[in-house]
Amino acid sequence: MSGSRRRWSTWIILGLGFAFLYLPVLLLMVYSFNESRLATVWSGFSFKWYGELFRDRQMLDAAWISIKVAFWTASAAVVLGTLAALAMTRMRRFPSKTLFGALITAPLVMPEVIIGLSLLLLFVSMGQVLDMTPKGIVAIWIAHVTFTLAFVTVVVSSRLQELDRSLEEAAMDLGANRIKVFFLITLPIIAPALVAGWLLAFTLSLDDVVIASFVAGPSSTTLPMKVFSSVRLGLSPKINALATLMILAVSLAAVIGWWLMYREEKRRQRDMQLALQGNG
Amino acid sequence: MNAVRFVRKLLPHPRWAVVSVPYLWLLVFFAVPFLIVLKISFSRLAIAMPPYTPILEYVDNALTMKLNLGNYVALFTDSQYVQAYLSSIKIAAISTLLALLIGYPIAYAIARLSPAARNIAMMLVVLPSWTSFLIRVYAWIGILKSTGPVGSLLEKLGIIDLLQWLGLIEGRQILYTPLAAYIGIVYCYLPFMVLPLYTNLVKHDHRLLEAAYDLGARPWQAFFRITVPLSRAGIIAGCMLVMIPAVGEFVIPELLGGPDTLMIGRVLWGEFFNNRDWPAASAVAIVMLILLLIPIVIFNRVQQRQLEGRLT
Repeated sequence: MSGSRRRWSTWIILGLGFAFLYLPVLLLMVYSFNESRLATVWSGFSFKWYGELFRDRQMLDAAWISIKVAFWTASAAVVLGTLAALAMTRMRRFPSKTLFGALITAPLVMPEVIIGLSLLLLFVSMGQVLDMTPKGIVAIWIAHVTFTLAFVTVVVSSRLQELDRSLEEAAMDLGANRIKVFFLITLPIIAPALVAGWLLAFTLSLDDVVIASFVAGPSSTTLPMKVFSSVRLGLSPKINALATLMILAVSLAAVIGWWLMYREEKRRQRDMQLALQGNG
Repeated sequence: MNAVRFVRKLLPHPRWAVVSVPYLWLLVFFAVPFLIVLKISFSRLAIAMPPYTPILEYVDNALTMKLNLGNYVALFTDSQYVQAYLSSIKIAAISTLLALLIGYPIAYAIARLSPAARNIAMMLVVLPSWTSFLIRVYAWIGILKSTGPVGSLLEKLGIIDLLQWLGLIEGRQILYTPLAAYIGIVYCYLPFMVLPLYTNLVKHDHRLLEAAYDLGARPWQAFFRITVPLSRAGIIAGCMLVMIPAVGEFVIPELLGGPDTLMIGRVLWGEFFNNRDWPAASAVAIVMLILLLIPIVIFNRVQQRQLEGRLT
């Protein structure tokens, strides 16, 4: 009896928790199909705001800038984050490892206003001292790589910890050097984490408004900056339409990603079973 | 052949390349900027580009250093700054507590599901945070507005009256009050609370609880004397992940909180973008960092152990 009661409480907690997480977003999506300009009063079903969204030239330009920055941010952050994860998990000791650890974990929690302000002041000082100021897209890219790098490191290092070291040792016993082992054994095994880290960095970059506002300067406007300036003035059905498209894209990518990982896991389990049977 | 070997000797070992690339990047773009913020916080506002006076000057063949403490004096004497710091800490602390109270049962419930169901449930917890933060904050504007569907429902149910009676809101809507900022922070940061708690709770040995039951402990006793103490590392990591960024939060109080929600992130933004007073903004940032230093160090230690795989 106690068991079934526990079961019930589990489902009630999860039901309430997921309702809290998902209802606001669902409501937002429903109202993107509202015909009325007043985003809170329902007057009829319509795709009109999606049409308006795709006619908004500035919004589309900003979206393109954001996607470009996010792509290059994610690519650089995966490379740097993987190196940092290798250093943290594999290298027992190196000079000032504590400082490195602090530098790699602090961006996870550092308030965005501080990162934004400090990077802008750095860029301005670089302009004074070196006569070279990163501006616009390049400035946003540097800033985004700096704060997404930490997230990639966390994702990759947790995968590296799960990795069975005996596979690498076996390859090394068979005469492969460290670099070969890394590219032929380690990299394929941690590949799912690299994909996850890349996607995480991509979405974080695509999402940032505060840091970009500090460093971007007047010439480049990213999508979140555009959304922020219009949301500040209140509700706008066009933003609901944009939000709906973004949420659908992310959900679709997440479901596909989850399914691929699930299939991969199943396949690996089957292979392992076959291998065991073959040996026995 | 010898030449190759000679060049190889001069080049750093590949393992040094592994550390040095991310290390240099973080030193240049994360550590050095803080020193520059510190430097500029001691300079004076000037009508120039960039809008501050240099600290080091070469006057009469001598290098002179002019430190201006005015920005810091202003921070401690102007009551607006002091209030902004205090109210940021209060809002962040209460939101963190609320997120813990909501997040712990969720993490606990998920950790007790079957392994296959756990993964799906955790994916569902994390999924909202993969969609835009800005959009999730925006979603609450429509909900908390008095004219919206939820706003009018709350009005009909008398919840607005209740909140007014409790002194939580003054007008007829929740939007643009500090309460809205609390809701926004809890909503946006909840996954960051649930994630470390779940990672910790899922590793607990269930036999410990069974042993406690066998020895006559009631479920709530076993929970508070075994599960909660064992999940300490998860609680600390979750609370730090929510509280530290919440102290400096700008977007949520700006969009949901209305003019009455005073937070230090908004003050910094205002000094920088509206007043164009870079030295004052820098001083605000430095004091914020000093306030957050202890929580950040605690978080770093927990996280670093996790990165190295030393956490049970």
